[in-house]
Order: sequence, then C-alpha cells, then structure tokens
Amino acid sequence: MDIRLSGVSHSYGQLEVMRDITLDIPAGKIVCIVGPSGCGKSTLLRFIGGLERPDKGEVLQMGAPPKGCLNPLTFIFQDFALLPWRSVRGNISLVLEDHGIRGAAAGAIIDDVLARTKLSDFGDALPKQLSGGMKQRVAIARALAVKPAVMLMDEPLSALDSQTRELLMDDLISLWTRTPFTAVYVTHNLAEAVRLGHSIVVLSRRPGEIREIVHLDKPLTERSFGDPDLEAQQKHLWTLMRDEARAADAELIDV
Amino acid sequence: MSKATPPNTTQPRPVEFRGGGFAPKSRRWVGLLAFVVLIGLAEIGTRTGFITPLTLPKPSDVLATFVELYQSGLLWKHLFPSLSRLAVGATLGASAGIGVGILIGLFSYIRAGLVPLVAAIFPIPKIALLPLFVIWFGIDEGSKYALIAFGTFTPTVVATYGAVDNVDRTLIRMGQSFGLSWLSIVRKIVLPGAMPGILSGLRISIAIAIILLVAAEMLGAQYGIGAYILEAGSLYDLERLFVGVVILSILGVSVSAIISWIERRVLNWRT
Repeated sequence: MDIRLSGVSHSYGQLEVMRDITLDIPAGKIVCIVGPSGCGKSTLLRFIGGLERPDKGEVLQMGAPPKGCLNPLTFIFQDFALLPWRSVRGNISLVLEDHGIRGAAAGAIIDDVLARTKLSDFGDALPKQLSGGMKQRVAIARALAVKPAVMLMDEPLSALDSQTRELLMDDLISLWTRTPFTAVYVTHNLAEAVRLGHSIVVLSRRPGEIREIVHLDKPLTERSFGDPDLEAQQKHLWTLMRDEARAADAELIDV
Repeated sequence: MSKATPPNTTQPRPVEFRGGGFAPKSRRWVGLLAFVVLIGLAEIGTRTGFITPLTLPKPSDVLATFVELYQSGLLWKHLFPSLSRLAVGATLGASAGIGVGILIGLFSYIRAGLVPLVAAIFPIPKIALLPLFVIWFGIDEGSKYALIAFGTFTPTVVATYGAVDNVDRTLIRMGQSFGLSWLSIVRKIVLPGAMPGILSGLRISIAIAIILLVAAEMLGAQYGIGAYILEAGSLYDLERLFVGVVILSILGVSVSAIISWIERRVLNWRT
C-alpha cells in the first residue's frame, strides 16, 4: 500500500506551518523526513496517520492494505506511549483486544513480536522496570502486532542515549531486512536519516515546504556506523539545512 | 613545588559534604512515639494536679471509660449505626461523584453545564441543609445518608474531573492511533490513568464524610458516635467526650490506612 500526499497545506490560526507538500511514499521503503525544528514534520506525520486534518490538500491511501493487517497506519511515538499500569504483554494485547483477538491467538502473536524485538524474557515486566531502549522496543513490538501497512515513526529514537540509539538502529535494519516494511520516519537527527532512509525529504523552515528529496541507493545492510559515503550525504544534508536551522533557533515563539 | 601556593591549600583534605537533607525518609515509629509522648505528658500533668480535671480528663480514666463502654456492649450499639451511615452515605456520594466527575472530564457540554453548579454547591455548609433533607428524605436514616452523600459528592467530583484532565494525552492519542473504540479508550486508558487522582480525592471526601456523620448524629439520633459525644458534652462528662473523640480519630486513621492499602495494591505501577 502506497501513500500519496497532494498539495497539503496547513495553518494554525494566522501561523502558516506547511505549504503545498506533495509526496509519494512507496511500499516497502523507509522515507525519512528531516527539517529544522518547528517545520511541521510531526504535524505532517499526524496528517498521514489521520490524527489531524490538513486545511488544504489530501492524504490518499493507494491500494488496499495487505491481508491480515489490523491497523494499516500505525504510530511509534517519541515518548513510547506505553500504559504504565500494564505489563509488556498487556501493552501489546491492548491493541489486539479491540479486534477481538484474545487468549491463545493473542498469545501467539505476542510471543512472535516479542521474539522479533528480543523481548521474550521481559513479557511480565512493567514499563517502569524497563530502560528507555527497552520501552521503545516494546512500542515497536506493539506496532508489529497489528501488522501495519505503514509505520509512522515520530522521532522514535530521540529520547534515547546515543549508544542505545545505535543498537536500536541496527535492530530496525534487521527487522526491515527480514520483512521489508513501509515507514515514514520523522527525525531531526541526520545520522539516523542517512542510516535508515531509502529517501530523505528535506523540509524548509516554517512554513514547511519540500526543499529537496535525496535518494540513497546503498542497501540498508551495507550502511554502517561511520561509513564515508553516508558521512558525505550527511554533510550535504547539513549544508542544506544549516542556515535555516540557525534562523529557526533564533526565532521567537508566539504562543 | 611553587612558593606562591598559599599554605592552607597545600594540605590535602576531604571535600566537605553538603548534599544532605531535603529528602523525606520513612521513619516508622516516630508517629507512634509522638502520640505516646503527648498522652504521657497529659497523664503526668493530670496526676500531679498541674492540669485540673476540669481542663483535661486523665488519659487513664478515658481508657477505663472506653473499656467500660466496650464491656457494657454499648460501644457496638453506637458504633454500628455510625459505621453503616458512613458506609451507605459515603458510597452513594463517592460513586455518584466519580460518575459525574468522569462525565465532566469527557464531555464538554456536561463540563460547561455542571462545573459552575458544582462550584456553587461546594462552599455551602451541608449541615445547614439538614432541616431541608429531613423534609425531603424523612427524619430517620434517609436524611443522614443524604447529608453524608451530598457532602462527599462535591469534593469527589472536583477531584475526579481534575484527575481525568490530567491523564496523559499522548496515551489517548496512542489509543486513537491504534483504532481503539471510544469505550475502550475510556475504560482502559482514561479510568486507570485517573485512578491516582480519584483515590487521593477519596481521602479528603471520606474525612468530610466523618465530620458530617457526627454533625448529623448530633442533630438527631438516639445512637451513634455523634449522639454519644453530644450526650457526654451536655452532662460535661469529659471522659466520655474524649472516648468519643478517640473513636472518631481511630475511624479516620483506619479509613486512611484502608485507602493507602488500596493505593498500594491498585497503583503498584507508579514509580
């Protein structure tokens, strides 16, 4: 299932945050969206996931979601959004219960996604017992449980320390290599973008417009920490963004 | 090495510790000790005659009176009606309060309509309404239940809708993003998330319920802690008056302990 955005524009009152965004998200690819803070990256993701509605333009699903898909557009949030009163298994079963999947059927799905995210030993732990990286793994497992057509990842690694971030990037790459998934990955971290993105969409500062789309042809598995090709790409992205990032940083916020 | 170094810095010395305090620790027996010391002082004061019997009864006499009350069987005769009034009234008031509080938290129209109403009812001294309740609900138990229920209702409502407002919005967003039904979001995300606030509101509501219980029993009841205290007071029987007060304190402490126990059971997920 592909996603097409055509002419998406939005303003909050007087403040124009996004202007005429047209973008295709092809199935089986990871599309990273980068941009200076306040450029509307996360808002764009919420439009794609149907949590907010744009003023103008539309977000279209092209084609039907694959069979067995319970929740085609599934989010992974920066702050994990786990229910603190439910165990790891309980948090995953939460999203299955509404589809009438309980008991043994749910147990099988939960066992499978926990194994894929290396969490099998932590099923009965409460979120407060887990480290940040573990919590985000649980959130990824929960997303996998509903067999999404498109994963919408909103700065999923931004709340983690840099070592955990490296580990989780490796995990995401191995998850994708085993079964390629479609993802829109919003981040402000260019290193994550060049490691995980098949294409990288660079947004300008407010009002957010597409400045450039960079395509990276190197397979995900061949990209590694400190790869010179990726460094070059990262430098290119940074030159695109630097002045705008500085301007965005110096901006007063009128709220 | 260098001559310029002042003599007082040449000696190595440990870094001064200055990070203590400002961190409450659990000191289990201090609370009990405070009670014991206070009662001990009262006992010594009354025995030596420093405190006259008209000012304060001897704690040992109060205890003797309590034992007497217990042995005569009158304790249960007073305590049972009080406890049942408290249970019925507080249950009615708290459950209605939690229900209305959740509705206010969830629906904007109900909030707009009821929040000013609750704010208007809250400061009314409920005891002032007892004559009205006697007409509405009868002079027997009905008016007492109504008074206690009404008194617990308003603080519970305010605590509950505050707790619902404080539920983490990102969790609700998460529920919506996974396509959970409205009812599931309320039942599995909003209610458990509001639980800490509801329980701490309940502590205040039940303390208010005990105050109103005594007030209602003072105004018209044959049996009950309030009636017992009123009778002792009008005869200026200080020992019995204090027995009544001690029973009320014990009641308050027990209710608070029960809520703490529930909090530990239900809210063990909190960090």
